[in-house]
Amino acid sequence: MSGRGSIRRRLFFQLVGVAALLSLAFFLVVRALAEQAAEGTQDDILTASATAIADSLNSEDRGVTLELPYSALSMLATINDDRVFYRVVANQETLTGYDDLPLPKELPRLGTPVFATFAYRGEEVRAVSVIRPVGPATDITEVIVTVAQTRAGLAAISRRITTTATGIGLGFFLLATALSLWAANTALAPIARITGSVTRRGPKELRPVVADPPTELVPLVDALNSFMARLRASLYQTENFITEAAHRVRTPLATVRAQAEVTYRKLNKPEHKKAIREMIRAIDESARSAGQMLDHAMVTFRADSLTRDRLDLNVLMAEVCDRLAPTADLKDITIHRVTSEGPAMFEGDGILVQAALQNILDNAIKYSSEDKEIVVRVTVSDMLYLAVTDQGRGFGDVDKSSLTLRFTRGSNVEGIVGSGLGLAIASEVGRAHGGRLEITQNPEGAGACVSLILPRS
Amino acid sequence: MRFLLIEDNITLAAAIVERLRLDGHAVDHADTLDTARTCIAVAEYDLILLDIMLPDGDGRTFLRQQRRAARRTPVIVITARSEVSDRVSLLDIGADDYMTKPFDFSELEARCRAVLRRQNGAADNRKIFADTTLDSTAGELLFGGHVVPLRNRELRLLEVFFGAPRQVFSKSHLIDRLFSLSDEASENAIEVYVARLRKRLEGSGARIETVRGLGYRMVPV
Repeated sequence: MSGRGSIRRRLFFQLVGVAALLSLAFFLVVRALAEQAAEGTQDDILTASATAIADSLNSEDRGVTLELPYSALSMLATINDDRVFYRVVANQETLTGYDDLPLPKELPRLGTPVFATFAYRGEEVRAVSVIRPVGPATDITEVIVTVAQTRAGLAAISRRITTTATGIGLGFFLLATALSLWAANTALAPIARITGSVTRRGPKELRPVVADPPTELVPLVDALNSFMARLRASLYQTENFITEAAHRVRTPLATVRAQAEVTYRKLNKPEHKKAIREMIRAIDESARSAGQMLDHAMVTFRADSLTRDRLDLNVLMAEVCDRLAPTADLKDITIHRVTSEGPAMFEGDGILVQAALQNILDNAIKYSSEDKEIVVRVTVSDMLYLAVTDQGRGFGDVDKSSLTLRFTRGSNVEGIVGSGLGLAIASEVGRAHGGRLEITQNPEGAGACVSLILPRS
Repeated sequence: MRFLLIEDNITLAAAIVERLRLDGHAVDHADTLDTARTCIAVAEYDLILLDIMLPDGDGRTFLRQQRRAARRTPVIVITARSEVSDRVSLLDIGADDYMTKPFDFSELEARCRAVLRRQNGAADNRKIFADTTLDSTAGELLFGGHVVPLRNRELRLLEVFFGAPRQVFSKSHLIDRLFSLSDEASENAIEVYVARLRKRLEGSGARIETVRGLGYRMVPV
């Protein structure tokens, strides 16, 4: 799940990006609304205070008098020690209050207070001015009442609102991120499910996927299924072709070989007999190579995705010995079997291990001369050992590790039919099971010792 | 021995039949499963050689039917398919052994012998000469209450002599019978085996005689 190609990552980041934008917008809107509300509240109180002062204005003979109602100022008192200023002006004269408190630039009209924000005595203040006509109708004095208050309280409220809004925004963002992750995973779960059902399959399992995909994945699954159908058809054709090819090649070879044997019996001249023998050897060689190449292909194919059955190496050994006993018997070679004391259990593909054993034992028989003995021994220690020891010619003067390479044979193989694939097959089977093939000299004299070593289960 | 060969390739079948007859076996040939069923109905066979791919069906189906009908005649499958993977399934459905084409006739004979031996001497395969009995299936020589076990090549060589007592066999003929054609063998090797046979036959009513310049023959003591 990395790189540009990851839908999950892209989906996740897109969702998180949207969540971040929404959180920011939410934060800004909440803060703006809250500050507006706070400012509105201050303005309302200021207006109420100014109106209360204006209400206490009296008109007397000597002009306008004011009995300042302290309640009008105390309603402005807040916990933040905001300072309050006021000024009452009648006929350009300050009746009471701070006479340096600026008058509004625009005269308020009756019933419509004028608000202003400015710096006063080193602090930002919010000021409201109301106008009130005082006196008899004949002699009206227009009195302007201005009440101002510093904005420390408002700033504190604003800070509190900002903190809360930040907290809520952040919480919203985190929640949205978690939800995005969940959403991205949930949305992509069908892909993982389909992938799982495909990857768990063995190499030959090409049934259609029936994972019940969501609508968006139906075309993909359909394409996959149609591809698998084609692959199945193609594999089937290949297998058929190999079988057919083997049949087509081997049947005429068998005919030629049988006829050659019959002819051989009827011939008398040694040179003719020699020619037929050479012919038969060539037939055997080509048939053997073809067989081992098919075996090798089979091993490579099956090793890719190993079957893991619980098997007893002793049993497989006995089966292979049974199979090859008549071949050994032809040369009066005796195969001694030494099984391990208990069972020699391992996990693996029985067909592959049999192919390996058959190739090792077949080699031992082929390279042994008449009346010799071959020992097949299963031993159990930290690993399982199946050692085939013969009294044949050994491998000669050759790098033993190279013998497990394809088409490599020992240095003393003259006169013996072989393809150089037998030990390569055995070695690959060993590797596929997490084991190996070990080639040494027979410790008790002439001959070779080939051991297949497998991990025990 | 009496064989039934079920093989659809006529040329191959003809060659196998002729080759087996050279060794003194009786062989019937069926080129379809249908013919094979007719053969089995009218004759007893020691062994059936069965091809898998046949024009009127699969040899494996035939094999299964045979076994289900409790007919125990040993069957050796002769297949053109590759080895190990097919083998397991063939043995599972009741084949006694199998061979891959092309095959060596001495190996076929060895396998037939092994199969018959496993069947506990179902076929009576005894030949008697001069109070000496050769049991090919058991691989034993019997005389005067003695049982002499034989090794494979000794047995095969004795089979030649018991097949035609008093007849002279040349060294090269004996080599052909004894060694697979893909083996190298010298005429000296025959002398080794004849020497062994003489040891085995000690005390019996038969002996191997050297006919100078011609070869060997078996005569009464």
